[in-house]
Amino acid sequence: MIGAIWTWLTSTSSWSGDDGIPHRLLQHAGYSALVLVVAAAIAVPLGVWIGHSGHGRSLVTVANSLRAVPTLGLLFALTLVLQPHLQGNTAFLLPCVIALVLLAVPPILSGAYAGVEAVDPAARDAAKGVGMRPREVLRHVELPCALPLLMSGLRSAALQVIATATIAAYVGLGGLGRYLVDGIATNDYPRTGGGAVLVALFALVADIVGALVQARVVSPGLTGKGRRLARVDHPTVPSGATAS
Amino acid sequence: MSWLGGHLGEIFQLAWQHAWLAGLPLLVGLAIALPLGWFASRNTRAYVALVTSAGLLYTIPSLALFVLMPLIIGTRILDPVNVVVAMTIYTVALLVRVVADGLQSVPDDVRSAARAMGFGVVRRLVMVDLPLGVPVIASGLRVAAVSNVSIVSVASLIGTHQLGDLLVDGFNRAFAPPLVTGIVGCLLLALLFDGVIVWGARVLTPWLRGGTA
Amino acid sequence: MIRFDGVTKTYADGTTAVDDLSLTAPTGKITVLVGPSGCGKTTTLRMVNRMIEPTAGTILIDGQDTAAMEPAAMRRGMGYVIQHAGLFPHRTVLDNIGTVPRLLGWDRRRTRERSLDVLERVGLSPDLAGRYPAQLSGGQQQRVGVARALAADPPVMLMDEPFSAVDPVVREQLQDEFLRLQAELGKTILFVTHDIDEAIKLGDQVAVMRVGGHLAQMAPPARLLARPVDDFVADFVGRDRGYRALGFRPTPKLPLRAEPTLVVGESPSDMSGQWCLVVDDRRRPLGWVRPGDLRGPVTVADLNRGGTVAVQGGSLRATLDAALSSPSGRGVIVDPTGALVGTVLAPEVVALVEEDRVTQAEAGSSP
Repeated sequence: MIGAIWTWLTSTSSWSGDDGIPHRLLQHAGYSALVLVVAAAIAVPLGVWIGHSGHGRSLVTVANSLRAVPTLGLLFALTLVLQPHLQGNTAFLLPCVIALVLLAVPPILSGAYAGVEAVDPAARDAAKGVGMRPREVLRHVELPCALPLLMSGLRSAALQVIATATIAAYVGLGGLGRYLVDGIATNDYPRTGGGAVLVALFALVADIVGALVQARVVSPGLTGKGRRLARVDHPTVPSGATAS
Repeated sequence: MSWLGGHLGEIFQLAWQHAWLAGLPLLVGLAIALPLGWFASRNTRAYVALVTSAGLLYTIPSLALFVLMPLIIGTRILDPVNVVVAMTIYTVALLVRVVADGLQSVPDDVRSAARAMGFGVVRRLVMVDLPLGVPVIASGLRVAAVSNVSIVSVASLIGTHQLGDLLVDGFNRAFAPPLVTGIVGCLLLALLFDGVIVWGARVLTPWLRGGTA
Repeated sequence: MIRFDGVTKTYADGTTAVDDLSLTAPTGKITVLVGPSGCGKTTTLRMVNRMIEPTAGTILIDGQDTAAMEPAAMRRGMGYVIQHAGLFPHRTVLDNIGTVPRLLGWDRRRTRERSLDVLERVGLSPDLAGRYPAQLSGGQQQRVGVARALAADPPVMLMDEPFSAVDPVVREQLQDEFLRLQAELGKTILFVTHDIDEAIKLGDQVAVMRVGGHLAQMAPPARLLARPVDDFVADFVGRDRGYRALGFRPTPKLPLRAEPTLVVGESPSDMSGQWCLVVDDRRRPLGWVRPGDLRGPVTVADLNRGGTVAVQGGSLRATLDAALSSPSGRGVIVDPTGALVGTVLAPEVVALVEEDRVTQAEAGSSP
């Protein structure tokens, strides 16, 4: 079977045309990026505001409990509800994008919220006391200090989105998921398995890129060698730990 | 409602199936993660290696892992064992780190007191580290449980039967009752698992009860 | 000069943290607010830079009403040091110190030069400039906190329990260096502590506050020890205040006796003699030996280091302590370079203490 998958992965026909790997990969990356940007545009300011002001903490709880909704069900339900009201390409695209955004918001929201919330009160007090205005406190202290948790929220959201975008091929979305869904439907295992390998690799590469970005933007003072590897006072449960 | 009434038997059958597919990996995963996490908690290098590889495993999208399982373990493509093993991998990946951190969350003075009283490594693990690590491990288990219930529904796409079948059926026929039933069923199952874990953790940590709780 | 005029702070729940407080913190001096927890001392401090807004009354800085100033701009003109330092964990030591200069719009280069300068002033090595706060000890973090407050050279410093979170040995070092720094800089400092010893050591004047935000007494430390106005203050300043008050009285000229000395490696000429003082090659006292206990020349291991050493012209407390703590009963007096001048006996110091008391009483200015 591995040989058959390898053959599929390396045949020239798999690499050309609208159903070729480059095009599917670009689609997958495009949807994922679009969804992440939209979700971040909603969840980062909201989470930062909740963490900063302490208002609306219940929103984080609500968002987190939404994670228990099965992603497959959410995808199907949104598609069924929205599709009749839409036309053409958007009929396939929009319900998926909305579902994916809904899935990406909770991990980003709790990352941003928890990150800002966890800023040392003494550092916040000092920032105000040395004469930073609220905006400056946010920009120079709260946001940089929140970055480790904010970034891990973004990374789990990214994994979640890449995984669910794969499933979304079932409701008509393009991307690498097409190989899996179409392969299963036509009993074409080499194609299914090849798609699975590509999706897994894509997710892995995306996470590595995320890790590199995180290492670059997060100050060494927050993660550096002077600190213990495992912070025992913050038992770590991955913040967006619902893959799909 | 009439649809629901006519399909109760089938629904319970699927829910039971779902509970197995999501629940068994939790137990097996915990059984594997405990020794691994314990090892990681005592050895920094092992911690880095295990947590890193767990993180990598966790990146694999579920549908891809389901599909690749037969290649790795040599099962048939439609075998439900694929799903159980895949879910166990996710559970272990999530719990290893939680267990390691949970065992490390035992305060140093408690640990040295145990050593001073002459507890050996194993006795200390069973009588001190594990009980005190229960709250952290339980919180990790809750996340894994909710996540497992959601992921298992995806297995319908590769022909493994459980509540996800209702979602697919509802979608294909554009018919709300099975779709809603599937979603609610998953939520209830997740709630049930969550409740059992919370209850179990309470039973195991009598010292945290009473007073302010 | 910071002036509180009838300042009151009442919270929404009706508790009064500070009640009709009037006091003045003079320019160039350290004014310490001290009292038990809940006495409103921190609230008082935080009202100066409007981290907390007063309910009533005015606070004037050099005659200007703070209520009329823009809070952020005003805070940039005041140093602010807090208990856990509150350093920014994501910034290096140097960037932490340069915070206020950058806010004030200084360019990078000038900020950097100034920050390095201040870093050394607070007694830290320039090697630490690139470190992050998590890589520093508690004492180092506090020094960086002080450096950050000093960076823009503000005339006023607000310090809220800055040395409370470090261990006693480090705290003492920080206090000593703080006094040395203040002698150079002459800032107007408002300093909050719950530790009366710290208040007495650091304050040019000390304001004792009682629960409910009332000012119980405001006086220079010596006067506070000598004349507590009521039981609360007397109780708060503690039991050995008579002895501690001697810390504020200079020792008049003493009839010193010459002390025969030994250096390490020498043998005493009179083996039957009583305690003998051992000094180093620059005549700095090292410790005492009893010739009868020796089995040869003096070694470092033979030294009894129990006695304290007082500087000539220092406080009566230090002089008396030198005499009381010396195993020979003879208190060691040194000059400012640490070299031996002579010794003094406890009864002689006590006589001086009594003399000093009588003079003070006759002058009518008894503290």
